[in-house]
Amino acid sequence: MKPLITCRHVDFGYENHDAVIDLNLEIFPGDYLCIVGENGSGKSTLIKGLMGLLKPTGGELCKSGELLYGGIGYLPQQTAAQRDFPASVREVVLSGTLSRRGLLPFYGEKEKQEARSAMERLGIEDLKDKCYRELSGGQQQRVLIARALCASRQMLILDEPITGLDPGAIQDFYHLIRQLNKTDHVAIVMVSHDLRNVIDEAGKILHLGQRTLFYGTAEDYKKSAAARGFLGGDGL
Amino acid sequence: MSMIMEMLSYPFMVRAALGGVLVALCAALLGVSLVLKRYSMIGDGLSHVSFGALSLALAVGWSPLKVSVPLVVLAAFFLLRIAENGKIKSDAAIAMVSASSLAVGILVTSLTTGMNTDVSSYMFGSILAMTRADVILSCVLSAFVLGMFVLCYNRLFAVTFDESFAKASGVRVERYNVVIAVLTAVTIVLGMRMMGAMLISSLIIFPPLTAMRLFKSFRGVVICSGVVAVVCFCLGIVMSYGLSTPAGASVVVVNLAAFALFTAINQMRRRI
Repeated sequence: MKPLITCRHVDFGYENHDAVIDLNLEIFPGDYLCIVGENGSGKSTLIKGLMGLLKPTGGELCKSGELLYGGIGYLPQQTAAQRDFPASVREVVLSGTLSRRGLLPFYGEKEKQEARSAMERLGIEDLKDKCYRELSGGQQQRVLIARALCASRQMLILDEPITGLDPGAIQDFYHLIRQLNKTDHVAIVMVSHDLRNVIDEAGKILHLGQRTLFYGTAEDYKKSAAARGFLGGDGL
Repeated sequence: MSMIMEMLSYPFMVRAALGGVLVALCAALLGVSLVLKRYSMIGDGLSHVSFGALSLALAVGWSPLKVSVPLVVLAAFFLLRIAENGKIKSDAAIAMVSASSLAVGILVTSLTTGMNTDVSSYMFGSILAMTRADVILSCVLSAFVLGMFVLCYNRLFAVTFDESFAKASGVRVERYNVVIAVLTAVTIVLGMRMMGAMLISSLIIFPPLTAMRLFKSFRGVVICSGVVAVVCFCLGIVMSYGLSTPAGASVVVVNLAAFALFTAINQMRRRI
């Protein structure tokens, strides 16, 4: 199997300093990778790099052809302004197909079909005319995931997805992502602070602290020194 | 009806009505994006900068448009930069910029011409202010704004709703922000002399807020905002003519009434 993304000795950074140094990483179709680390450890920078919003300052970053064509679905952190935005669910989900439209000004039948199928996949088709700001946090999250799926069925990048969700919605969310990963073989890359849940959910863990502190399976991570240092005490 | 016919028999009223409707429409459309991105106060800040620029132009004796359009566009860039960098909180930065430019404007005026009627009409607006050049520029401006809203509607939605996602989809977010800022700047300069520096920002803020009371989709809000702005402006200008009240203030009061009406309808709809 060919990896979707390969990083060899990659550095990412801004003008005068590198936030991520010497990263080696391979993401395969169907992977479930979780990126953990303290604030300022380069997680957001790495995500920008994987999305292609930031060029590597060193090393080599390769993307597979299908990823270049199909794109990456992105679930950014929600902003306060978004939570009371007057938009219908349909409008939000449809905006996920934007990257495929090129310079054409309007959405065609293909995009609308794409949006419908994404809404069905997430069980939100009955919400399609509802206003985004009137939904619960968990429903809003589903809408944003549907939008990300419209952009790509191969890989989703989730940036601190559970921030602001209540405990019930958090469990729903992990369940949903697991389903997308297992049944639809969507590769998942997630940045999270929720280490205890994440260790049970993810297949692989990348622990960043500018440099790679740990990269391997979640099972190995539980036993590693990096996890102990991060969790405090005796690990899990 | 006969009053409206009579009103339109004066060329200056026709200019005011035509230019005003176009400016109000542009302001309302741009306003949807600005209000939703929490940039409402940029409009207010820019109107004060525009006042400073006009006083300067008046003192030096240059044409007001030629001085204020570039200055206000520059200020719009600056305010947007600050809002994006987040080094100083943008509300504080805007307050600082607007107070300073107001102060400069007042100083320049009091040192040169003194506080005459021209200055007061800049503050509170004058129906006589629309010149032929203004009307032509309004037409050009609204062609741009409408064109952008029709052709780039989906991208505009993406940029307004979620900048990070739009960026990830390959939309040049910065470019859109700059275009919106420049168009807002021109709108404000054009509308300011009629509506008044103190009142022009209401054209940007009121119609979107009013539309948001009732509409739940972005498309609905954009269209309703435009319609509300045009209707309120026309009612305001007729009221101003009929009661001989200042145009700017009349338009703002009509906008306030529309906002109250929409809020009441929304409340009633919830009860039922």
